[in-house]
Amino acid sequence: MNASLRWLSDLLGVELDAALTRDRLTMLGAGVEALEPLHGGLGDIVIGEVLEVRRHPNADRLTLCLVDAGGQAKRVVCGAANVAAGRRYPFAPVGARLPEGLMIERRTIRGEVSEGMLCSARELGLGDDQEGILELDTAAAPGTRLLDALPIADTRFVLEITPNRPDLLSHQGIARDLGAVLMRAVKLPVIPGAPAQRPPRAARARGARGDAGGVPIAVEDVSGCRRYTAAVLRGVGVGPSPAWLRNRLAAIGARSVNNVVDATNYILFEVGQPIHAFDLAKLRGPAIVVRRARAGEALTTLDGVRRRLDPSMTVIADAEVATGVAGVMGGAESEVSAATTDVLLECAYFDPRQNRATRRAMGMSTEASYRFERGIDHDATPEYLGRAIELLLAVAGGHVDGVPVDVYPDPIPPTTVFLRDRRIADILGVEIPRGETERVLTALGCVVAPKHERLAVQVPAARPDLTREIDLIEEVARIVGYDRFPDDMRPYRIGVVPDAPSERVAARLRRALTALGLHEAMTSPLGPRADPRSPEVLNPLSREEAFLRSELLPGLVRRVEHNWRLMQRDVRLFEIGTVFERREGELPAEEMRVAGVLTGARRPPHWSEPATPDLDLFDAVAGLEAAVAVALAGAVLEPGSVGLVVRDAGGRAVGRAAELAADRPAWAAPLVGFEVAVGTGGAPAPRVRPLPKSPAVERDIALVLPAGLRAADVETVLRSAAGPLLERLWPFDEYRGAPLPAGSRSVAWRLVFRAPERTLREVEVEAALQRALTEVEARYGVRRRAS
Amino acid sequence: MSGPSAEQLAALAALRAEAEARVRAARGRDALQQLRTDYLGRKAGRLTAILKGLPALDPDARRAVGEAANAAKAAIETLLEAAERALAPAGSEAPRPDLTMPARRQWRGALHPVTLVVDEVCAIFGELGFTRYVGPEAETERNNFTALNFPPEHPSLEMHDTFYLGEGMLLRTHTSPLQIRVMEAYRPPIRVTMPGMCYRRDPFDPSHAPAFSQVEALAVDEGITFVDLKASLTYFARRFFGPSVRVRFRPSFFPFTEPSADMEVECLICHGTGCPACKGSGWMEILGAGMVDPNVFEAVGVDPERYTGWAFGMGPHRMAMLRYGVPDIRVLFEGDMRFHDQFVDGG
Repeated sequence: MNASLRWLSDLLGVELDAALTRDRLTMLGAGVEALEPLHGGLGDIVIGEVLEVRRHPNADRLTLCLVDAGGQAKRVVCGAANVAAGRRYPFAPVGARLPEGLMIERRTIRGEVSEGMLCSARELGLGDDQEGILELDTAAAPGTRLLDALPIADTRFVLEITPNRPDLLSHQGIARDLGAVLMRAVKLPVIPGAPAQRPPRAARARGARGDAGGVPIAVEDVSGCRRYTAAVLRGVGVGPSPAWLRNRLAAIGARSVNNVVDATNYILFEVGQPIHAFDLAKLRGPAIVVRRARAGEALTTLDGVRRRLDPSMTVIADAEVATGVAGVMGGAESEVSAATTDVLLECAYFDPRQNRATRRAMGMSTEASYRFERGIDHDATPEYLGRAIELLLAVAGGHVDGVPVDVYPDPIPPTTVFLRDRRIADILGVEIPRGETERVLTALGCVVAPKHERLAVQVPAARPDLTREIDLIEEVARIVGYDRFPDDMRPYRIGVVPDAPSERVAARLRRALTALGLHEAMTSPLGPRADPRSPEVLNPLSREEAFLRSELLPGLVRRVEHNWRLMQRDVRLFEIGTVFERREGELPAEEMRVAGVLTGARRPPHWSEPATPDLDLFDAVAGLEAAVAVALAGAVLEPGSVGLVVRDAGGRAVGRAAELAADRPAWAAPLVGFEVAVGTGGAPAPRVRPLPKSPAVERDIALVLPAGLRAADVETVLRSAAGPLLERLWPFDEYRGAPLPAGSRSVAWRLVFRAPERTLREVEVEAALQRALTEVEARYGVRRRAS
Repeated sequence: MSGPSAEQLAALAALRAEAEARVRAARGRDALQQLRTDYLGRKAGRLTAILKGLPALDPDARRAVGEAANAAKAAIETLLEAAERALAPAGSEAPRPDLTMPARRQWRGALHPVTLVVDEVCAIFGELGFTRYVGPEAETERNNFTALNFPPEHPSLEMHDTFYLGEGMLLRTHTSPLQIRVMEAYRPPIRVTMPGMCYRRDPFDPSHAPAFSQVEALAVDEGITFVDLKASLTYFARRFFGPSVRVRFRPSFFPFTEPSADMEVECLICHGTGCPACKGSGWMEILGAGMVDPNVFEAVGVDPERYTGWAFGMGPHRMAMLRYGVPDIRVLFEGDMRFHDQFVDGG
């Protein structure tokens, strides 16, 4: 919604300040998206009166003018055909700057000096007319600043109006809010040139049929059209609008069409009431029937589009065919044209739901439907018709034929809401004096009557958002001003909701994985179909984003490829996020996962190490181990068909580490990754073991393992056979190649023996080691490597 | 085995450990030569002395001690040789290291900037007694709209362009359905922050993403008022943006709160004088908030005459962009290592 500061000022009868008004509107809830000064660039332009026009001696199309712009008369060379002595025009003296930035200089044109410029509307940004210079109808003395002589300097507010406030889609509604704060009443300004006598007020019809100036009006779709008022104006002269009307519309960015259309638009933006003007001569009958469209009916709307209608839509028809879509757009056939002399004015209240249904079925939205579907004032319909008639008579002439009609078969009862003083304090935290509450609500158009401990508040029809006590409390807070409420911290009770365990686990995972050198990534959970059980979005933005992910790794792999495209070889990312699985007839199953991807150098290159090794699968396993330790109690890792598989306590595969397929450039390192479901937590808080006081004894053994024998299996045997003296063991070397048989390898373990509380004897160690070696040979035929 | 032999074995182990430690600590060829003499020297080497004394032991002890001593000798010999190889060529003195050369660094990971914001928001509200509560990203229309007082077919639905899953299910357009879930799971007093991923049907552009995070907070109890809302959110703003930041609340509209408010802080770029970032207003919108609408309480079976509450929702993606100067929201989804490297320190 665009609003003009000057327009608002007129409604409130006070000169409003632009910056202050912006702040006030903001604090009233009408967000100001932009504040645009209009015609501020015309400050140098003055009124110039042409005293004398002579032919330019050296050019056929130029004239030599003497211009009074205050002070000494100026000699000006002019190229406009319409320049005439005794007339006044905008004049840019030497040194003046035009809105577009052009600086006017003393110039010599074909041998004659020119000391300024007479300007066209286009040069001043006042219109598209470039047929000559702009003739001014002003009594202001020559030399007066144009901005002081003409009411064109203005400020345009671009407002963001929330959907609950259709009343703010008009200057009157905005002014009413401002007035409640400024303690000023809103009064519609007198229309220049309006007839002294007010037009007759619309007469209420009996039932759903009436007559306006001899034209029968029938409302058949009573639920779609709650109220229909109309008037017939005859002898109207369609032509250009007067300057004040054009300026007003221009100030809010609306284009001037002709006086009739401009008048209806003016009413729309002034009071929020859409008005439609039909060319009476084009209406068959002539008659007006408000009804549902018939199956197969079609209509060419004002925008020139041929539209198919159906019975879900409310239309305005003449005696035979639909001639407009109710509250959305008129028809091209009955549009007012230059030849129009008789006009039927429509001022109606269409039901918001039905209007919305109609305009959605039409697949369009207009200024009119935007207001009807949010709800306009159904009480003021006849007044607004009267205002439209007055305006039309003022700008287009003519007279009202007969008495306007008001078809309102089923009047909408007023809404009364009860408001308790105590409840205001309960919600707002501050006692508001009864008098203040009454003043605020009255200023907003409510009728307030005290009743015991509460107020009976009849809300204005222009405010469909006010239906409950809480709605009125918000109004009180809004007009009192949110900034006038205190913000001191008051005592509170601790809540009963525990911290979500998954959030704690996620935080521990983030610590663990960043410690391993992985950056946290966040990818979009929407992607292409990856799994038959992926839930599908019915209205995706594209096929590539039509499914919810079932795994995190594919998204992370795309991130790696993105880095590769940017020539980044070292990529280490992890993500904690949700994966989804479709379930019949209920919400998709969701699972929190953690995944990581690693490629490139294992550590930052260092001068002491000419070739840094690349990350490999064992680095991915390290990430997986760290994640499992934090996230998943009782899980085990074991080799799978590809890479490593995580099984939860129930034996279900819940994660993996593997080499990953990717679109890998030749220079990139292998890509490895891991992913695992996040449970409710991993290792519990440790119970510390006493630190050993006795010395340990170490032994190294190298065993030759045949192909297919896993180190972990050998270790299990070594550990159980060696007994409790074996504190720990780990492989520290692996060797393949000559002289070992093909396929076999030598794995060297370091074994650490210790007896708590005493020093081990050599022979005990020796015995334990021998038991272990004997057992592993018996089980797997594995022997020590001959040295 | 006799006592003396066990003692000798222990002494031998200690000697071996001491020698290994000293070899590892030794710097320079001379030091290594000295150690070789000390332990393995033909005349006065300490290990040599033990080996020389072997014949005096009884056969069992001789075998045990002998094996251990020979193993120790081999180990020390190996270590010494390795240390000597590692030294610079013979004759040159070990140079002093140039400590202006880069350190031996490890990769360090960084948290996502959105995580940094979410964690800080939740931590600040944690100071006010708020716990963290989470819930599903796929939701019912009832939890996402109806129970939150969105009238069906109302224009306010157009504020949320929704991804639908069919059968009354959708991807949540905000974290507010968690208000419904937490109030159905717990009776007041409730004080929770609720972070999570949300979805709207906006294609990726510099300021939109089809998936984005939100943090919601909800406080419900007897006697909670608009003053508590202002106090809590002002506290948050001062902790998050700095103690002197100016804050204002202006009326707004959300179907599930009334009165509703937008909280704005003075523009972080121009500090209130007006600039393109704040569209000349000097203020920046930070979050939407309001008193829980009585219809929401009705929907979850909480008595609105007894309980009142406030709620807010904000966008950590936008907060992260503001705080860290990220010009384009898409950067937050790209996983560019050079972007995330910048969050290793100070994150």
